[in-house]
Amino acid sequence: MRIISAMSGGVDSSVATARMIDQGHEVVGVHLALSRTDSNGKSRGCCTLDDARDARRVADKLGIPFYVWDFSSQFAESVMKNFLDEYSAGRTPNPCLRCNEKIKFSAVLDRALALGFDAVATGHYAQIKNGPHGIEMHRAIDPLKDQSYVLGVLTQEQLEHSFFPLGGDHKPAIRAEAEARGLITAKKPDSHDICFIPDGDTAGFLVNKLGGSPGAIRDVSSGEIIGEHSGTFTVTIGQRRGLNLKIPAEDGKPRYVVNVDRESGDVFVGAPELLDVFRIIGIDPIWAGPPLTAEPQEVMAQVRAHAEPVPGFACVQDSRMHVSLVEPVRGLAPGQAVVIYSGTRVLGSATIVATDRVNPENYIFSDHIFVGG
Amino acid sequence: MTRIYLDHAATTHLRPEAAQAWIVAGQHVGNASSLHTSGRSARRIVEQARESIAEDLGVRPSAVIFTAGGTESNNLAIKGIFWARSADGGPRHIVTSAIEHHAVLDPVLWLRDHQDAEITFLDVDSTGKVSVDQLRSLLQAGDIALVSIMWANNEIGTIQPVQEISALCQEFGVPFHTDAVQAFGQINLDLVGLKATAVTLSSHKIGGPVGVGALIIDPHEKVVPVTHGGGQEREIRSGTLDPASVSAFAAASRLVTLSVDAHAQEMRDIQQYLVSSVEACVPEARLNGPAPGVARLPNNIHFSFPGCEGDSLLMLLDAAGIDCSTGSACTAGIPEPSHVLLAMGVDQKIARASLRFSLGRGSSKEDVDHLVTVLPNAVERAVRAGSV
Repeated sequence: MRIISAMSGGVDSSVATARMIDQGHEVVGVHLALSRTDSNGKSRGCCTLDDARDARRVADKLGIPFYVWDFSSQFAESVMKNFLDEYSAGRTPNPCLRCNEKIKFSAVLDRALALGFDAVATGHYAQIKNGPHGIEMHRAIDPLKDQSYVLGVLTQEQLEHSFFPLGGDHKPAIRAEAEARGLITAKKPDSHDICFIPDGDTAGFLVNKLGGSPGAIRDVSSGEIIGEHSGTFTVTIGQRRGLNLKIPAEDGKPRYVVNVDRESGDVFVGAPELLDVFRIIGIDPIWAGPPLTAEPQEVMAQVRAHAEPVPGFACVQDSRMHVSLVEPVRGLAPGQAVVIYSGTRVLGSATIVATDRVNPENYIFSDHIFVGG
Repeated sequence: MTRIYLDHAATTHLRPEAAQAWIVAGQHVGNASSLHTSGRSARRIVEQARESIAEDLGVRPSAVIFTAGGTESNNLAIKGIFWARSADGGPRHIVTSAIEHHAVLDPVLWLRDHQDAEITFLDVDSTGKVSVDQLRSLLQAGDIALVSIMWANNEIGTIQPVQEISALCQEFGVPFHTDAVQAFGQINLDLVGLKATAVTLSSHKIGGPVGVGALIIDPHEKVVPVTHGGGQEREIRSGTLDPASVSAFAAASRLVTLSVDAHAQEMRDIQQYLVSSVEACVPEARLNGPAPGVARLPNNIHFSFPGCEGDSLLMLLDAAGIDCSTGSACTAGIPEPSHVLLAMGVDQKIARASLRFSLGRGSSKEDVDHLVTVLPNAVERAVRAGSV
């Protein structure tokens, strides 16, 4: 097959590219230039010119053509602007998931297909398998690296044109292979941050872009002001540390951020039990296989990239995904994605708009939920 | 797969004679500034090369300043003349065009941003030709430190009316610099008739090695050096003289000088063939710049293919064995819409949809025949990719 291999300049996509070549595919390496925000205003890749150079040198080593594709305007619109819009609206988006949905497996894949390629390969850790009803996506073998969550936004059709050649191995084996192949990226550290926030200071980025004004931290039950914060973007639901609360709780127990009201600027703290969520409603479901029906199906649900999946039942009603959990998950914010699995297989995902906490009366998100419906 | 190289304006094949000259001179030990016998013979090689290039161009050997290439020559001419002219309250106004190469634009913008230079960009018409009338009124208004207009444009091949511009500048006593990197070897450079103050040349565009060039500059013009050091090259340009590179450059210069008219004729023939062949197989293709003829470099062809992304097209042609260019690229290899096309009033989308084919030694009509067998399909795919 003719394959576009997305080369970030990291060790994973380097080995993924090498493996696609070994499998006999005709591979062209492409580095995606996603942002143009460095200090001298010149174009750059994700995230530095060093990465673009490393990707180029790996392509040289592997003897394949290499190009830089400029998706910076699409990235700015679909990922960065969306990221800020979502935060402004009081939601907590995952930009990596959004990038996979809108850029890597959409804009890039579409361009690849139009140019006569058959598929896109990436260094993501996930597995593509042939099932009885077509292509399936499964968790990677390496639980520490599994990225099926951030790929949960791909449709079965997109998966049919995707290759994840690393999903069947553990990360140390990939590094060893990069070393053995003599790839210059073998010892590069993993990237963990959001690529357009290279210093990892998401709160600072948000305050800088959206403005932040100090506000009160209130006890959720009494409403009493017990501290202050430097801007609502600097706190997240479920956060405990760094709040500098002046008045200790009566029971002496730690208190967590249980709600953030971006309108009033108030942050509410309370007992951790208040964060327990038993039911999730998600909009815009995306299916990696046959869509779920109104009939509840036993699933495992995952609500964050590195969260433990929890058992529950999922069904679809009024084009919304409803997930009832057997055990609660803690600290959910609207805008996060819920990805549901059957065993290791990804069934689909949806964007969380509403949750039921312990007290069914207490829809803490109620100001923000049920948007448009 | 034999590759078809249609990017001679980016760089071209090293001439065997230049390679030979490089090897011969490169084996010689001796710093050309040393006083001993070995040093003197190294110096002899450099001076022979200088005389040879001066003879090719019809200028005095003392007018030839060797540099590391076109970019350095442009920086030296623009900054050096500006600094000399603007010293002690002299004029700070530079006139140039918006379609210059970055090696002219960027020094000029740097002078504007860091040294309070005032810049006027001459208007260009839809073929990329600068307005001489506008220049005349600027010169009449007075207080111009320097005029810098390229001899021929690197992207669209427009040949500027440099004789007229030079004569005007002379009339007003204003120094005139021209970047002749693209014109050298493609058309006859009559520097005797031109009487420009400074002319930029590069070796690798004419079949010499990369990393060497020259600034031909009137020995009477005051130039403040950009780099300071040992004072070689008339105290204007410091750095150890490079006998191997300059003699290879001189070898290439002699070859192109002797053959320029015949070469230009041969290139025009293929150019015309390429233009009509592309127009026949991709009717929506749109030629940018002047029609082939006296107003255009004989080796340059520049098309927009509406609906395509130029980089998609480049990639597809690359896979089909054809090397060409989208015009300009930045450090990360991301194609930007050409500032030249934008200055000519071409729409952003059309500017992004363009490709440059540039001919050189070894180009043939068979290359064109091969190009047109793969081009329609590539355009069709690139249009599809452009619409997603």
